[in-house]
Amino acid sequence: MLFYLTLIFCCQLVGELFIATTGLPVPGPVIGMAIMFLGLLVRGSVPADLGKVADALISNLSLLFVPAGVGVMLHAGLIAAELVPITVALVLSTILTIAATGVCMSWMGSRAGASGKTVDGGGD
Amino acid sequence: MRDIEQVWVYLSASPLLHLTLTLVAYQISFWLYRKGRFSPLLNPVLFSVIAIVLILVLTGTDYDTYFDGAQFVHFLLGPATVALAIPLYRQFDRVRRSAVAVLASILVGSATAAASAVGIAWLLGGSQAALVSLAPKSVTAPVAMGISEQLGGLPSLTAVLVIMTGILGATVGPYLLDLLKIKDSAARGLAMGTASHGIGTARAMQVSEVAGAFSGLAMGLNALATALLLPLLWGLFS
Repeated sequence: MLFYLTLIFCCQLVGELFIATTGLPVPGPVIGMAIMFLGLLVRGSVPADLGKVADALISNLSLLFVPAGVGVMLHAGLIAAELVPITVALVLSTILTIAATGVCMSWMGSRAGASGKTVDGGGD
Repeated sequence: MRDIEQVWVYLSASPLLHLTLTLVAYQISFWLYRKGRFSPLLNPVLFSVIAIVLILVLTGTDYDTYFDGAQFVHFLLGPATVALAIPLYRQFDRVRRSAVAVLASILVGSATAAASAVGIAWLLGGSQAALVSLAPKSVTAPVAMGISEQLGGLPSLTAVLVIMTGILGATVGPYLLDLLKIKDSAARGLAMGTASHGIGTARAMQVSEVAGAFSGLAMGLNALATALLLPLLWGLFS
């Protein structure tokens, strides 16, 4: 288990170093994800213990956003000063984005015959 | 016996207190979420944030003091992002079969997110700082902050708007997708990840691994697309 946790950290570290040297406008962990993905493609399967470590991290993913979310208290004043434009833009734009992406994917996906039946009953 | 004030001074100076506060608040919120059969309205991030902000305000604690403890949780976001490669790999056959549709949908969503946020705030008289800070709001926080800074916005305001967008999408998204009769897990995951990055992905992952894998992929590709295209488009229009 510790080995695979270390491996995950290594992927992130290499990702961070890659960003620092190339100046690409992407965060290190996203490059780390790409490196891990390429590694899995080469290996051809997911080691069982790596799967366990990854599942443990991912099943608590929403917890990890809480500290950043509490940062709302820092900008309460700024947001209150422009409450209407900011909240209306956030709400409408989020709705439009979800609708546009979802409709586009289900339309193109079903035309390509790649989707349609879902094995797991269609969650979100 | 020391009086309570001394104990408080001691505890509030150690990272343990706010780390524990974060974990306890989340566990209670998650318990509620599970009791409510994972209703999107009971989003655990939303409830944890509200509870913690209330406690910090009531005890007169500032965000920096809180973050000294909470940073240990925050730090794990990086490794968790790397770990999203595993569900993506498990679902890769599916992703590859609909690669063109996936790329096109993410580009459509990415453009819609930035254009509609800026357009609506502009119509309602938002300030220049608010417009710029809103533009990358659907992108995962570290990238969004970088884009905001590059365009002359306020990175820390952007971070907050990103989190709010994530919570909004995770809360409203599932109902909206039901309303649009979109049942396919791939389309639902892609929509959640493009609009509300990691928080949308967390919600998608709680419901199905297919949706979660597509959502994580959408989060990564939307970050890439927005980071590359938004500064170019912004230069053209302003």
